[in-house]
Amino acid sequence: MGRFKVKKQDTFIDMTPMSDVMVLLLTFFMLTATFVKEEPVKVNTPGSVSEVKIPENNLLTIFVEKSGKVFMCMDNPIAQGKLVDKMMEDGAFELSAKERQILAEAPTFGMPLDYTKAWLNQEAAVRTKMLTDPKSEVAGIPCDSITDELKIWVKAATEACGEGMRVAIKADQTTQYAVIKRVMASLREIDVNRYNLITSLKAGEE
Amino acid sequence: MAKKGGSKQKKMEARVDFTPMVDMIMLLVTFFMLCTTLIKPQTMELTMPSDKEDLNEENQSQIAASKAITILIDDDNTLYFYTGKPDEAKLEKTVYGKDGIRAELLKRNVVARQKVDALKREYSLKRTSNAVQEAKMQEEYKQKLKDIKNSDDTPNVIIKASDKSSYKNLIDILDEMQICSIGKYVIDNFADGDRAKIEAFKANPAQ
Repeated sequence: MGRFKVKKQDTFIDMTPMSDVMVLLLTFFMLTATFVKEEPVKVNTPGSVSEVKIPENNLLTIFVEKSGKVFMCMDNPIAQGKLVDKMMEDGAFELSAKERQILAEAPTFGMPLDYTKAWLNQEAAVRTKMLTDPKSEVAGIPCDSITDELKIWVKAATEACGEGMRVAIKADQTTQYAVIKRVMASLREIDVNRYNLITSLKAGEE
Repeated sequence: MAKKGGSKQKKMEARVDFTPMVDMIMLLVTFFMLCTTLIKPQTMELTMPSDKEDLNEENQSQIAASKAITILIDDDNTLYFYTGKPDEAKLEKTVYGKDGIRAELLKRNVVARQKVDALKREYSLKRTSNAVQEAKMQEEYKQKLKDIKNSDDTPNVIIKASDKSSYKNLIDILDEMQICSIGKYVIDNFADGDRAKIEAFKANPAQ
């Protein structure tokens, strides 16, 4: 009997097709996806059949939280910086260069004007907590008939960013209409009559 | 001389090991999948009358009161509507969704609805793969759709929401406007008469 000879198998697997597929996937993700924006304020938008996409740049978003607190952000730090400069020019608050930078880079902000400086001097984690803490009394831009600071902010933003700026309202679906009404009334007073309501796509229905 | 000679070239291994590259790309793909979002939020464009035009708007709505449908969004997801002038009209209760308010609105908007359907059919046949033409056609389609929505056939809708109703209710109703091809609508506040009407309806639903 001859000796049984084990055939020597090549263990080398060709990875080229796999690498091809991976590169394709990577390219797809890089081209289509947009980065998730950090939003400390959680907002659950209502569904809608509307298929209009949100404009990508020069956008001012007004967040309305469940409890009716109002926050704001611009789409990029440069525009937000311009807004802050404009606010300082108008004498809304006095900020140091460092405070200005923090506010320009804040993902979302919303404090009464008097508290803004104190808020900016906190640590980043404390700042977020101050915004999101439901027990916090001061959080949110005041927007009622007595102190309407939202009006000041939006007006400064329209002046700082020019005519093309769009305003979008991102409100939680359980927010009471009374709050939305106040926000709309503020916008109306400063002649911002065209704005977008941000919704998510409703599945199922026609 | 070299032809015959034994200049034996060393056989090089031509295969490159791609495993590290795949590893790295896999890592990148994972990163992109976790840190990005593909869904862009939808928006609804809303144009509100400015303060100056407000007076004008009020006059208009009085003229067209016979054609106007007023939708009252009340607390706890309840919904009422009436057609015509507030002091003469009979309040009706309805629900959100396909069989409720949408059916009522479509009933009052038959002409425009038919036109929109015809338009949709017309353009679905005309679709081409030519991108430039397609874009042009889309533009044309949108314009025509807008014309129908704003024509005299469509009813005017006045949307009134109570303070305690939720934002979702409002968006739902604005959605219905789009589904039912109604281009002319205003968002207004509850008037005293409206609240009284609802109270009266609750006391005596049969009227």
